[in-house]
Amino acid sequence: MLELLHAVLVAPFKDMAGSPTFLVEVLIGGLAAGLMYSLVALGFVLIYKASGVFNFAQGVMVLFAALTLVGLIERGAPLVVALALTTAVMVALAFAIERVVLRPLVNQEQIILFMATIGLNFFLEGFGEFAWGSDVKKLDVGIPDTSFMVWGVQVNRLELTAAITAAVLVAIMAVFFQRTRVGRALRAVADDHEAALSIGIPLNTIWIVVWSVAGLVAIVAGIMWGAKSGVQFSLSLIALKALPVLILGGFTSVPGAIVGGLIIGTGEKLAEVYWGPLVGGAIENWFAYMLALAFLLVRPQGLFGEKIIERV
Amino acid sequence: VIYREAGQFKSTYASDQAVFPILQDRVIAGLVLVAAVIAVPLVANEYWLQAVLIPFLIYALAALGLNLLTGYAGQVSLGTGGFMAVGAYAAFKITSAFPGLNIVVAFLLAGLAAALVGVLFGIPSLRIKGFYLAVATLAAQFFLIWLFNKVAWFTNYASSGTITAPPRRMLGIMVTGPEATAPVRYLVALGLVALFAVIAKNLVRGRVGRSWMAIRDRDIAAEIIGVRPLRTKLLAFAISSFFCGVAGAEYVFLYLGSAETLAFDINVSFLVLFMVIIGGLGSILGSFLGAAFIVMVPIFLTNVPHLLGLAMPVALQKQIELMVFGGLIILFLIVEPHGLARLWQITKEKLRLWPFPY
Repeated sequence: MLELLHAVLVAPFKDMAGSPTFLVEVLIGGLAAGLMYSLVALGFVLIYKASGVFNFAQGVMVLFAALTLVGLIERGAPLVVALALTTAVMVALAFAIERVVLRPLVNQEQIILFMATIGLNFFLEGFGEFAWGSDVKKLDVGIPDTSFMVWGVQVNRLELTAAITAAVLVAIMAVFFQRTRVGRALRAVADDHEAALSIGIPLNTIWIVVWSVAGLVAIVAGIMWGAKSGVQFSLSLIALKALPVLILGGFTSVPGAIVGGLIIGTGEKLAEVYWGPLVGGAIENWFAYMLALAFLLVRPQGLFGEKIIERV
Repeated sequence: VIYREAGQFKSTYASDQAVFPILQDRVIAGLVLVAAVIAVPLVANEYWLQAVLIPFLIYALAALGLNLLTGYAGQVSLGTGGFMAVGAYAAFKITSAFPGLNIVVAFLLAGLAAALVGVLFGIPSLRIKGFYLAVATLAAQFFLIWLFNKVAWFTNYASSGTITAPPRRMLGIMVTGPEATAPVRYLVALGLVALFAVIAKNLVRGRVGRSWMAIRDRDIAAEIIGVRPLRTKLLAFAISSFFCGVAGAEYVFLYLGSAETLAFDINVSFLVLFMVIIGGLGSILGSFLGAAFIVMVPIFLTNVPHLLGLAMPVALQKQIELMVFGGLIILFLIVEPHGLARLWQITKEKLRLWPFPY
C-alpha cells in the first residue's frame, strides 16, 4: 500500500526533479500539442458564441479544408492559389450550411442543431473522401518537422510555428471582435439573438460570416495538423480531443479555448509520461476528459465561461 | 371510420389510464406482438434475423434506455457505448464465474452492474448541465473502453482480448453460443425488449417519470415543488444504464457472439443517440421507430446499387453511404424535428377523421 502511494505521489515528482530539461521538453511538447487542440477548439467557440450551435462537424471541417488544400496542390496549383481556392471553398461551404441546414432549423432546440451538425459531420466525411480520395496525403508547406536546441532544450520548428500562428490568429480575432463593425454585430448576436435582430442586425449574414471564419480557422488548423501527421481520416477525430478543451475553457470564451488547450495539452503529456506507466499507458484518450470533469465540478461553466445564472 | 374511438366509454379510472385506451390500438399492438412472436420466426430467413431483426431489437432496448435519460430526464449522454460495454463484460464475467446460472438472470445482473457504473458517472450531472454534461459523459465512454482494454481480468486473460459468448441453455434450448439458432436468439431478445418496454412505459407515466419530466423541463422549479434532483437524476442514470447494460450484454451474447472493445466505441453512442432523436425524444414508441430506421438505412443503402445493377467500387459506395446517411439525418431533422413518433401521432389524428375530414 505504502509502495503504491509512493509510486503515485512521490516517484513521479522525483523523476521530474531528477531531469529538469526532460521535464521542460515534456512541458513544451504538451503546450504545443495543447495549442493544436486550441486551434480546433477556436472554431467551436466562434460558432457556439454567435449561433448557439454546438458544431460537432468542426473536426471534419478541419479534415475537409486540409484535403481540399492538398488535393489542389497535388493537381499542380501553387500554394498561394491553392490557399485562396480553399478559402473560397470554405466560404461557399458556410453559405451552403447556412442555407440548407441552419435556416430551416432556426428556433429549434440545441440538441436538434447538435444532431444536425453530426449529420453534417457524416456528410462532409463522405464528401471529402468522395472528392479527394481517401489515401493518406503528405502536406508540405515548407516548415520542416525538425528540432533545434535552445539552452539545451529541444524545440520543434513545426510546433513553434503552430504556436506563433495560434497566437497571431487569436490576436487577429480579438481585434476583429472588438474593433470592427461586423465583430460588434457578432458579439451582439451572441448576447441576445432577438435584441440583435430588432436593432437590424441581419442574423443570416452573421451566421454566414461566423461559419466562414470558423472555416478559415479550420484551414489553419488543417495545415498545422496536416503538416504534423499527414492529411488523413483520423484528423476528423481531433474534434474529440478538442471537446475537453472546450468544456474546460468554457464554450463561449476565445481565451478560454487557448488556456484550456494549454492546460489539457500539458496535463495530458505530464500524466502520460510520469503516471501513464503505472496503469499500463495509453491514458491520453480519457485523461483529458477526467481533467476537464474535475475542473467542471468546481466551476460548472468552465474556466472563462459566462457565469450561469438560473432562475425559475 | 375504422380508426375511431366513438362509442368507447371509459367507466373506470383504470380504463381511462390504460396504456392503450382505444380498442383499435390494443388490437394493433396485439397483432404486432403476435406477428413478432409467431409469424416472424417462421417466415424470416437467417439473414433477416441475424442482420436486421436481432440488432434492431437490441438497439431498440439501448435506445429505450437512453430515451429515459435524455428524452424524459433531459440529461444528454454520450456514454451509451461505455455503459453497454459494462453490461457485456459484466455478463461475460458472471457467466464464466457461475456457469450454471440462467442466462437471462446473468443479463439482468449485468444490467445491475451497468446501473452502478451509470450512477457513478451520473454524479457530475448534479452540477453540470446541458452540453457540458454531454461532453463530460464522454469521459465515461473513453475511460470504460480503456479500462476493458487494459485490464486483462475482464477478458479472463484471453490473449486476443475478445470476449466470447459461452454456450448456455435455457429450458433445454441453446440460447447463446455458436450453436444457438437465430430464431431462438431473436425470441429471447424480443422477450426482453418487450418486457423492458412495458416497464419503461409504466415508469414514465408514473410518479418517477413525472419527476424526470419536471427536472427536464425546469430543474429549479422542480426542486422548489419538492422533486429531489439528486435522487431523480441518479435514478434516471441508474435505470437508463441498466437498460443499456442489458442491451450491451445481448449485443455480444445474442448478436455478435464474440466482441472486443471496438464494438462499443464512440460511434455506438452516437448511433443510439441518433435513434432516440430521429425516433422522438420522450417517446417509448419512438425508440423502436428510431432503431428500426437507423438499422435499416445502411442495409438499404448497401443493397440499392445491387438491385439497380450498378457496380461500384467498395470505397466509393462507402463514401456515398456516408453522404446519404448524413444528408438523411439533416433532412429528417428539418422535416420533423420531433421525430418519427410525432409523425405516427399526426397519422393517427388524420386517421380518426379519414375518410370524412369534416
